[in-house]
Amino acid sequence: MRLLISALSGGLFGLGLLISGMTDTAKVQGFLDLSRDWDPTLMFVLGGAMLPMLVAWRIAARRKRALIGTPIPAMPDQTLDGRLIAGSVLFGLGWALAGFCPGPAIASLGWSGTGGVVFVIAMFVGMVGHHLYTRRRRANCAA
Amino acid sequence: MLSAIPHAWIFGLAGGLMIGLAAAVLLLGNARIMGASGIVGGLVDGTGQDNLVERLIFVAALVGVPAIVVAVTGAPDAHVSGDLGLLVLAGLLVGFGTRMANGCTSGHGVCGMSRFSTRSIVATLAYLGAGFATMAVARHILGVI
Repeated sequence: MRLLISALSGGLFGLGLLISGMTDTAKVQGFLDLSRDWDPTLMFVLGGAMLPMLVAWRIAARRKRALIGTPIPAMPDQTLDGRLIAGSVLFGLGWALAGFCPGPAIASLGWSGTGGVVFVIAMFVGMVGHHLYTRRRRANCAA
Repeated sequence: MLSAIPHAWIFGLAGGLMIGLAAAVLLLGNARIMGASGIVGGLVDGTGQDNLVERLIFVAALVGVPAIVVAVTGAPDAHVSGDLGLLVLAGLLVGFGTRMANGCTSGHGVCGMSRFSTRSIVATLAYLGAGFATMAVARHILGVI
């Protein structure tokens, strides 16, 4: 059941990204480029995606448990910190340069060619890099 | 009147609704947040071993389903930059940044904002702001993209 739900969600996510046009880096960069011929499509995508989730969070608040019985994740600690801001700024920088964020970059691997694969590999390296960086920092703090 | 609305916006809205539905299915089905950087990040850095198969199947469907559709309909142009150095730099920044911020456009943007999470709203404003600024500088001042 759990795996079926994962497959259904991943497949729907990929189809949605394809249909919305978000796997086209030119559309994303056209949204981020406010200068001329601004392309607002991304706003429609984000707005459209938030609608089912607004309903889902209300259902989740009432039912408290998911279909498989696991409790719905509680709202994480809402403290704002430098990591949240700095990480998001770094992400925004890379997002604009390539026109890819993680979801669309992975969903388009079937047709995005060498460039798409190079981006995804570099993204993986960046993720592992962050993991090693935080581990070293924690080790230093403990020492 | 409908024909006055650009088709891209309608496809954007329809695709967006599907993305939101996908996130709702994962939340109400498996009690998981549908964040691309979180799901994939846990796979590549080894922190997501407790639900490894779940993550792998999600990613396989995320890559496979659109790839099958595209194999039938013909591949759309992803307009990926030909500058591999730029793509490496961008990929490193996106990977490092999304893990540092604990989320990306799907996790913070779609799932977090719809829950009115302050952290997610701040993160979204920060990556959008950085995106707009980077675009202005990189395209219109430096001319690299």
